[in-house]
Amino acid sequence: MQDIRKALYVGSRSDGTLIQRPMSPHLQVYRYRLSMVLSISNRITGVIATAGAALGVCWLGAAAKGPKAYATARKVTGNPLGQLVLVGWLASVVYHTVGGIRHLIWDAGYRYDKEELNKDGPVAVGVTAGVSTVLAVALLAVAGCRRSKRAKAGKVS
Amino acid sequence: MNASVPHIEVMRSQLGRARGLGAGHSGTSHWWAERVSAASLLPLSTWFVVQMFRLGGADHAEVVKWGGKPVNATMLAALIITTFYHAQVGLQVIVDDYVHGKAHLPTRLLVKIGTSLMGLLGVFAVIKLVVRSGSGK
Repeated sequence: MQDIRKALYVGSRSDGTLIQRPMSPHLQVYRYRLSMVLSISNRITGVIATAGAALGVCWLGAAAKGPKAYATARKVTGNPLGQLVLVGWLASVVYHTVGGIRHLIWDAGYRYDKEELNKDGPVAVGVTAGVSTVLAVALLAVAGCRRSKRAKAGKVS
Repeated sequence: MNASVPHIEVMRSQLGRARGLGAGHSGTSHWWAERVSAASLLPLSTWFVVQMFRLGGADHAEVVKWGGKPVNATMLAALIITTFYHAQVGLQVIVDDYVHGKAHLPTRLLVKIGTSLMGLLGVFAVIKLVVRSGSGK
């Protein structure tokens, strides 16, 4: 022997026989694969989706507080920069949903072979891009139309 | 005992092996909680996206009227509770994976408290909207 750390890598099989567990190689030694990006993206988008949900609750809280607070919230949602954040939230939620559905499929025991995984990855990217774009454009268009209609009618806020 | 007979010492009871919960004694329920809340969020968030098409660019009175309707308030509260529950369960896994040592417990508590408070804030906002809509303001 050997490396003293190997003592920590002794495990037991379910039948009780002792076994030397494999040491995990460092992340850098792996060749780039789409699946690794999609995997970590599911976590990252989950965190972003949570942050966005917190913003959504703030919007709801502003509406509950009163017209003045809601007007402040609308300054954010009407601002191009604010809308960029909203689109980012939307795209994150869409990807996290697609990734989540894939996870549920895997949990049910399907599409978990190497070939299937590599085939489904680009599909997940395509679906996310398509759905996010369509939803973002449609939502911004609907909101913009309603706003300009109200502005024409001369109503304030 | 004959020394040549293979002999294995495993510090694990037969009951422990039968239960199959491993050294952590938990994890299965956490896994299920993540999956069930995820599946519940599919219809709830779809509903929310549809509602956003109705509400995009709406003024304050319209939002209050919308949030005051019983079905909307119910769906909204369910969405908020499920979202932050799922966030809590999911973020806990991330904290368990990446935060080690002394920082682990405080970070985990912070996640728990933060997601719980945001969920509560959302639920009370819904209640306030219902009250506001009832009083005609």
